[in-house]
Order: sequence, then C-alpha cells, then structure tokens
Amino acid sequence: MACYLTTVKHMSLYWSVLTVLSLLAITAPLALAFGFGGATAARAQFAPLRWIGKGYIAIVRGVPDIALFLFFVIALDQGIEYLRHQVLCPDWPDTIRQGNDFVVCQAAKVPLGTAPQWVHEVYGFMLAVLTFAIVFGAFAANVLFGAMRAVPRAQLETAEAYGMTRRQTFRRVLVPQMWVYALPGLGNLWMVLIKATPLLFLLGVEDIVYWARELGGTKTSRFTDYPHGDWRMWYFLALLVFYLIFTRLSEVVLARVMTRLTHGQATAGGDVQRKAAAT
Amino acid sequence: MSCWQTVQDYGLRAVGIGERLLPREDFTLCQQFTLIGSGMIWNIYFGLVALTFGFFLATALAMGKNAQNPLLRKPAIWFIFIFRGSPLFIQFFFAYFLFLNLKSVAPFFDPFSAAWLGALIVLFLNTAAYSGEIFYGALQSIPKGDLEAADAYGLSGWARFRRIVWPTMLRLAWPAYTNEAIFLFHATALVFFSGFPAWQQRGDALYYASYFADKTFNPFVPYPILALYFIAFTLVIVSVFGLINGRLNKHLPNATRSKLRLRPNLVR
Repeated sequence: MACYLTTVKHMSLYWSVLTVLSLLAITAPLALAFGFGGATAARAQFAPLRWIGKGYIAIVRGVPDIALFLFFVIALDQGIEYLRHQVLCPDWPDTIRQGNDFVVCQAAKVPLGTAPQWVHEVYGFMLAVLTFAIVFGAFAANVLFGAMRAVPRAQLETAEAYGMTRRQTFRRVLVPQMWVYALPGLGNLWMVLIKATPLLFLLGVEDIVYWARELGGTKTSRFTDYPHGDWRMWYFLALLVFYLIFTRLSEVVLARVMTRLTHGQATAGGDVQRKAAAT
Repeated sequence: MSCWQTVQDYGLRAVGIGERLLPREDFTLCQQFTLIGSGMIWNIYFGLVALTFGFFLATALAMGKNAQNPLLRKPAIWFIFIFRGSPLFIQFFFAYFLFLNLKSVAPFFDPFSAAWLGALIVLFLNTAAYSGEIFYGALQSIPKGDLEAADAYGLSGWARFRRIVWPTMLRLAWPAYTNEAIFLFHATALVFFSGFPAWQQRGDALYYASYFADKTFNPFVPYPILALYFIAFTLVIVSVFGLINGRLNKHLPNATRSKLRLRPNLVR
C-alpha cells in the first residue's frame, strides 16, 4: 500500500498539490495589488479614472462565478494572440475571425507551436493566475475601498492639520490604518480563494482534481493500469479532507493576525485589548 | 429558419423536448439565446428546490448549533464545518462517485447518480450549511428584551419559538440570506462541470454557453448572453426577497428597517 502510493503517477499528484499552493501564493498578492489599484482608482479625484475603478468592481462582481473563469481564459488567450498578430504580422491578408475559426499567423501563436511541453503548461498556468487575479482583484478592491472609507475621518483631518499633502496623508495615515478594517473581508476572500482553486481543473491545468480522477479511475477492465477498482471516491474524500484542514488552519492563522493588527487601534477590539492589559 | 421556429425547436431542449440534435454550424444569435435560455430551466430548478428544502434544514441546523445539549450541538457544528470548509466543486465530485459506488450495491441508488437528484442533494446540503450558519448568527443576536418579554408573557417551547424566536431570527438574517440565495443560484452553474454528466446533452445554461464557445471559438457572444440571463434572474431574486423582507419588517417604523444590500459572492 505504502509502496503503491509512491508510484511516479502519485508523485505527480503530490506535485499538483504544490501547483495549487503556488497558485495561491502567486494569486493572493497579485489580486491584492489589483484590488489596491482598483480601490485607489475608485476614490481618485480624476473622474474617468474613478469610473474605470468603479466599473471594474461593479462588472466583475455582478457577473456569475465560473462563467468569468471560462470567459477570461479564452478571452485573454485570444487578446494576447491578437496583439502579437498586429505587431508581428502587419501584412497578413486574411481577417482573423473566419467564421468559426480564430486564425493568427504562426509567429503570433502563444506559445509558439514549436515550444516544448513545459512552456505550454506554464503558459496555461499563468493565464489561470491572471484570471484568478482579475476576478479576485475586483472583490479585494471592494473590500479595500470599504476599508479606506472606514478609517475615522478625524485621523485624516489631523493629518491635514499637520500640513500633510493628499499623497502624504494617503501613504502615512490612511494605508497603515486601513488594514485592520480590511482584514475580516480579506480573510473571507482568502477562504473563498482557497475554495476556488479546484476550478483550476476547468481551466485546463493538471491540478489535484485532474490527478484524482485519473488515478482513481479504472482504465479498461482487462488492461487496467491500477491494481484496484473505482477508487475515485476515496481520492476525492482525501481532497475534501485536505481542503477542510487547509481552511481550518487559515481560520486559526487569520484570527491570530487579527489580534496582532487590532493592537493599539481605535476600534472596539483595540479597546478590549487595552482594558485587558490594564487590569 | 425563422427565429420563432428555433424557439419551438430548442426552447425546451434542456429537458429533452424538441429537436434532438444541437445546431452544429452557422450559429445564429437566436439559437444561442434560445438554447442558453432553455438551459436556465435547470439552474432555476436546482436553485429553487435546493433553497426551499434547504431552508428547513438550515433552521434545524441553526437550532441544533444553538442547543445546550452536546448531542444536538456537535453534529450540527460538524455538518456546517464540513460543508462550509470544503469547495462545492469537490463535494460534487465526491458525491457523484459515492453515488456511483452505491449504485453498484443497490439499484435503489440508480437515480442518485443523475444530476437532477444527486446534484440537487449536494446543493441542498450545501445551502443548508451556509444558511444554517447565517441563521445561527441571527439567533445569537436576537435582542435579549424580546426573549424576556416572551418569558414574561408565559410563552415557552413551541409557541415561543414560533411567535418570537423564529420571526426575529428571519428578520435579522434576511439580508444575508438573500445573498446566500443569489450565491446558491450562481453555484448551480457548477453542476454539469463537475462529475455529473449531462445526459443526451441536456445541460444547464453554462453547459450550452460553453458548447457554443467551444464550437465558434468565440467567447464574446455566448458568455455575455449567459451573464445577461443570470443578472436578470438575480434581479428577480432580489425583488422577491425584498418583498418578503418588507413583510418581515412590517411592524417596524420605517427608519429602523434593515435595507437589503445586494452583495453577490463568487465561488464557494
């Protein structure tokens, strides 16, 4: 049994766990950056920038779930190829959209048809990361936008009274204080992000769902590769437990971070800490 | 072929009435609108039925989690934890293969491996867990005065629950519960992309949308259509829940009424 669970194929399953974790590790900061950009744009003084920020938040949040994932992966792929096509083959005679086909010149293909397999995989993975970042960036933007407005007005007024410019106020007073208001929302978002990772499978990345299906299933009854029947149920049970442990751990860590961040803040939580320390 | 003809052929395709073959080439806008719209039948069916049954289980779960007796409390806590802590997508896969295994044990489980029942059960349990947590939160924040007033009137047991606890709980939980309903409705799009197969190409709206996107290699038409349908039905949900919210808060002065805030969430 122990020997069976360490075959080459099972190793790919364990590697794909790393794929999922690295997706989370790359996407989370990227989405946060998108969110920060969106939130700052949404409260900009320059009107068109504000519209872009608000529009981004509203559109992505209003449209249903996986449709966005399915849409963005193809749309991004075609967008990149279209741009490269315009740059690399300016004298291409045909139109790009021919009926049901999307045709660009060979040089504009991403990745190139001659590229090795791993380039294709990395490219697919990057597309997935970008999609996740765009979608979750909108949610993060909404959270951060709310957090920026939740910082007590008096704090900003004090900064202005000290003669700080708008930019200085933003950097020295608003941003350091907003995190405590943003954390519950961001934590929630992190949980949703964890639970969205199995959707990688739909985006064509060979993730844990893919391997669980592959390894659990029987090929044909006579020439089976695997010394067991249909075990997919057990593989998915393992995944279920994996995600349960993962979300539970995140909850515990987030609670700790929250206590740390609340320290010394002008909120109810901060007050409780102060009083506990005083007695 | 006129558009009306297409509607007749494909309007109920998702439930197996009408033309058998899906269109294969020369896709018209009309075909896309009709087929994706007919797929919405499944989304509405899953959403409505799961929500209706889930509501009762959710109430029971919330009461269970709030109970003193650990024999009631522990199972409720674990149930909610398991369904809220793991992705719905994985739950679908697990349930599908579980039902497949059960099917080989007893013929009774035959219909469970089909989407109309198997996926419905998963959605039902899932929404029950999420709404159970919402209701539990509401139970915790029922004003103490209300309960003391109930005690003073000599209400207890079922009458106390039916007249005081339950309506107040619903009133407090309603805005969050509206979001949960929208959220569940969006989650129905996952059904045919997890383990459950679409028998004879009878799928939901997303199934047809991705069918068109695959065939035309053009995502810019079917997905916006899908989004339109979903946004329209989201608005329907919001208005219906808004009406119920108005009824739940009828006795309150206008200023203190809690307004519904539309806050759809993403993936679970």
